[in-house]
Amino acid sequence: MGDDKTYIGKGAVLEAMAEHPAVEAIVQWKVEALADAKFDFGELTLTIVPEQIVSAALTMRDAGYNFFEDLTAVDWFPSSPRFQLSYHLVSHGFKERIRLRLLLEAENPAVESITSVWAGSDYYEREVFDLFGIRFEGHPNLRRIMLPEDWQGHPLRKDYPVEGYR
Amino acid sequence: MSNPAGMPVLEPAEGAKDQHMVINMGPQHPATHGVLRLVVEIDGEIVVRIYPEIGYLHTGIEKTCEAKFYHQVVPLTDRINYLDPLANNLCYALAVEKLLNLEIPPKAQWMRVLLAELSRLNSHLIWLGTHAMDIGALTVFLYTFREREDILRLFEAVAGQRMMTSYIRIGGLAMEPPLDFLDRVQGFVRTLPEKIDEYSNLLTGNPIFRNRLKGVGHLSAADAIALGVTGPPLRASGVDFDLRRDMPYSSYEKFQFKVPVSNDADCWARYEVRLLEMRESVKIIKQALDGMPEGAVKADAPKIVLPDREKMKTQMEALIHHFKIVTEGFEVPAGEVFQGIECGHGQMGYYIVSDGTAKPYRVHMRYPSFPILQALETMCKGRMLADVVAVIGSIDIVLGEIDR
Repeated sequence: MGDDKTYIGKGAVLEAMAEHPAVEAIVQWKVEALADAKFDFGELTLTIVPEQIVSAALTMRDAGYNFFEDLTAVDWFPSSPRFQLSYHLVSHGFKERIRLRLLLEAENPAVESITSVWAGSDYYEREVFDLFGIRFEGHPNLRRIMLPEDWQGHPLRKDYPVEGYR
Repeated sequence: MSNPAGMPVLEPAEGAKDQHMVINMGPQHPATHGVLRLVVEIDGEIVVRIYPEIGYLHTGIEKTCEAKFYHQVVPLTDRINYLDPLANNLCYALAVEKLLNLEIPPKAQWMRVLLAELSRLNSHLIWLGTHAMDIGALTVFLYTFREREDILRLFEAVAGQRMMTSYIRIGGLAMEPPLDFLDRVQGFVRTLPEKIDEYSNLLTGNPIFRNRLKGVGHLSAADAIALGVTGPPLRASGVDFDLRRDMPYSSYEKFQFKVPVSNDADCWARYEVRLLEMRESVKIIKQALDGMPEGAVKADAPKIVLPDREKMKTQMEALIHHFKIVTEGFEVPAGEVFQGIECGHGQMGYYIVSDGTAKPYRVHMRYPSFPILQALETMCKGRMLADVVAVIGSIDIVLGEIDR
């Protein structure tokens, strides 16, 4: 099952997958924006420098990854950098999915919103804001989506108490 | 109108305060298919803005998953989209199997396809009945629920549960299907095409149904892609993309079927696409029945898959494995995977992050009904308020999967 080839690290992916459309696009655009990369379980993960996410999203969209499928976060508390954002993009043409990954520090996590690239990321960014407390700059309506407005804390963080009184 | 703390009140647009009115639809409105609250700004009968307010069913199921062993998450999944339970099970199982690199026996794969298609039919039958009922054609509901009952009986036969099946497990299926199961499915799919004709006779030529749907809720292909719309609404907007054919999983690549596409992009197109999809599902089930391979329905992985009851009670080793799995779970290699499948509503996806322990570090579910709510305003703007009901019916949402 799956692809048995695995490449870990920026160098390995750039070398072994140079003809992959997403890798090719990122090399042509700005190879410094790529912090890390890996290909495992048959999935390509590109770790992007957080400041570059909007241009990276635009580059990927123009390279054929036209459909924004999913955005979520992972809390790696207590390690540092604490937060990981995972964007999943699908290409209707190549029939393939890639993952863009961002790493954010624990203090005031914030990143630029990609609603200007895909309007459909609106709800996903609100969900991550609501449940993880990561801010998306330039989002048109950054409010809680699942929980009430007056809720304290962000439940999907690992340090959120799961029992007893808050 | 009183405003409980935290409820957003949409103010009418600047300069139109005398003319526009803000009304509330839901959360207990029968046409919102669950607890969806829509704050709608109207100018007379014309919709100006729609603000969907969700979260009434939020249970934090993603957080709950983090406290369970991998195999304990399976029964949580079918509670999310309770109208398409086996698709939930399938998507989760495929994602964990990808992390474990498990080989699934062919019979289990084909049974999974068969069950996923039955589940899709279940989802589409409920959609058709409730959608027609929203429009005013009450009769169709009784017809579709008759066939839905047959499907639920099949689920009950195979899993012991009508709705919360949890039948597709990590590594295969929960148990062998009963001996007469395939014959019963055969009997069901033999009669279903006639029944679909029956629904079509009731609705397709019906002038009221036609007028309420044709040209209503237009969504261009560009908007659909930008707003994250998937599944039948995306294909009704002219985008020919179906994960079953384009990124196949669970041996879908061995089945022959068409992907219905329409270019009309309105509620009527969504109706037609789903009816055709039901006919294609029947074809897939027939192929699965004809070519059903022989063999086991569970992977050969004693440390991951629970042993059969019989073995567990007679063999020491099986008993030890059973005890270990139930009390300690099994460790899954560290890594992250995203598994997408095509469920009745569109693209479903499970994103699982493992840190190498027996409990998932993070489980995220991508469900198709969540992003499609963003397209509601695009589809309803400038139309009559009554069209909102038709549009909500045509996008086929389940609030359980929106709020999670």
